[in-house]
Amino acid sequence: MTTVLHKQEQVTLDTFLRGIWEENPVFVMLLGMCPVLAVTNSTLNAIAMGLATLFVLVASGTLVSLLRKMIPREVRIATYIIIIATFVTMVDYTIQAISLDLYNSLGAFIQLIVVNCVILGRAEAYASRQRVGAAVVNALGMGVGFTLALLCLGTVRELLGAGTILGYPIFSPNFEPWVVMILPPGGFFVLGGWLLLFEWIKQRRERRTLQAQGATAHGS
Amino acid sequence: MALTSKPIEIRTSPHIRKAISVAQIMRNVVYALLPICAWSVYKFGLSALLLLLTTTVACALSESLFCWLSGRNNTVRDFSVIITGLLLGLTLPPGFPLWMAAVAGFMAIGLGKALFGGLGYNVMNPALVGRAFVQAAFPVAITTWTPAFVPGRFSEAIPSTLTTPFMTPPDATVWIQALAIDGFTGATPLALQKFEHISASTIDLLTGVLAGSAGESSALLVFLCGLYLALRGMMDWRIPAAVFTGTILTSLPFYLVSPEIYPSPQFMILSGGLMLGAMFMASDMVGSPLTPRGIWLYGFSIGFLTVMIRLFGGLTEGVMYAILIGNVLTPLIDSVTQPRVYGARRQEERP
Repeated sequence: MTTVLHKQEQVTLDTFLRGIWEENPVFVMLLGMCPVLAVTNSTLNAIAMGLATLFVLVASGTLVSLLRKMIPREVRIATYIIIIATFVTMVDYTIQAISLDLYNSLGAFIQLIVVNCVILGRAEAYASRQRVGAAVVNALGMGVGFTLALLCLGTVRELLGAGTILGYPIFSPNFEPWVVMILPPGGFFVLGGWLLLFEWIKQRRERRTLQAQGATAHGS
Repeated sequence: MALTSKPIEIRTSPHIRKAISVAQIMRNVVYALLPICAWSVYKFGLSALLLLLTTTVACALSESLFCWLSGRNNTVRDFSVIITGLLLGLTLPPGFPLWMAAVAGFMAIGLGKALFGGLGYNVMNPALVGRAFVQAAFPVAITTWTPAFVPGRFSEAIPSTLTTPFMTPPDATVWIQALAIDGFTGATPLALQKFEHISASTIDLLTGVLAGSAGESSALLVFLCGLYLALRGMMDWRIPAAVFTGTILTSLPFYLVSPEIYPSPQFMILSGGLMLGAMFMASDMVGSPLTPRGIWLYGFSIGFLTVMIRLFGGLTEGVMYAILIGNVLTPLIDSVTQPRVYGARRQEERP
């Protein structure tokens, strides 16, 4: 049996930051759309979902990375799923114990973290090929990036859909809620809006760099 | 030598060319809409005027903003955005809060037009996209109707019009009761028909003296304005004709079976926004099919869907969703109704 050798990555700040901006799981890779659209109707739900995913991501990343030489290639996906499911069950019971209201409002989406492709994708593409240190730092970055993305959506949707942030009213009590923002279409609108904004910023920056390069080339 | 000085130009057809630009057509559509707006302002007063101005300005500003964001030339001057603004204003209730109207205008241009690449690329009618958004966002405000021909309507706006941005509009019923207009129930002819089976008279619908959205004015006036466009060749007459045919054919069987429950076909055509929708929104050049058979199919399906939503849906008015669905179906209709090229054989006939 031949073992596939992968280049071991050095743990740098970039290993962590990549998940937040350059390879953001939601805004760049467009993974895990199911919870992104479904549970971001309030800031609290978004934070809870983000933290739950962060925990599962880091824990499963650690275990997959530790066991990477023992897991047979043929059944690796099934093994990853079992590892992930273990941690999801822990999160599931923990949230249920902390707050039943939160648990009910998140619904089936906690259990569905098992099939969240951000987590499986990290396990397959990163944790199974890297040392524990790199895997944990990368998973942390991805988890924080995911949580921030959910927060971006959740804040806007709660602000417009209910006039509150984390339950605290921002506007006067006479606020007229935008019903659509709490409903599923609102998730698509807000996600699209954020994607548009980030793409616009990216393109603008690229244009500026090109212009700057052109200017220096011309000047010299 | 005379021949070389003036060479013969050899080119394929069309040989006769007329300098008619997009802006010219759009300007004519605006002219055709102006009488409808004028009647609406006369009917609902200051509020309708402010509403139409707000939607138009909001659409124009949004268009400028999105053109600037995408680094394109500003396309406000081709008048298409004015049409979107006016049409959007005409589909809203006269007492609609102005800040919500501005949101609708922004969404109409942003979601309905700019995202797809501007004029000529939009899949759906932008004005209706804007209206569908506020219908989903503010379901109460968009179904609050106020009576027409209120005394003092030119000096004072309907209270809900000038709501502070992001705030709930004041309750319209108090204001309506203070006016003490006999028999006004806050319902449009369509709602009365649907829930109480009382049909408004044809004359009232033709002249448009009843409550409804700002543009649900005189069906006759809307028809004449549309006719002007059709006669100038700036709108395909087959689209409204197909919509009317579809509406009549779908509603007639119901009316014949039980006329006491279901409305008559002429009520269906003259009430609500059907006339405005058929004449000015379904006939939007961008969102409608190009093939002759496709145009009929498109119109029929809009008429059919309108009647189905009105009779069996939860909403009283179905024109908006019917036209949006029609717009979305357009690429499909176009591809299945491609005419056979002259001389070509069908697939199965080929040897």
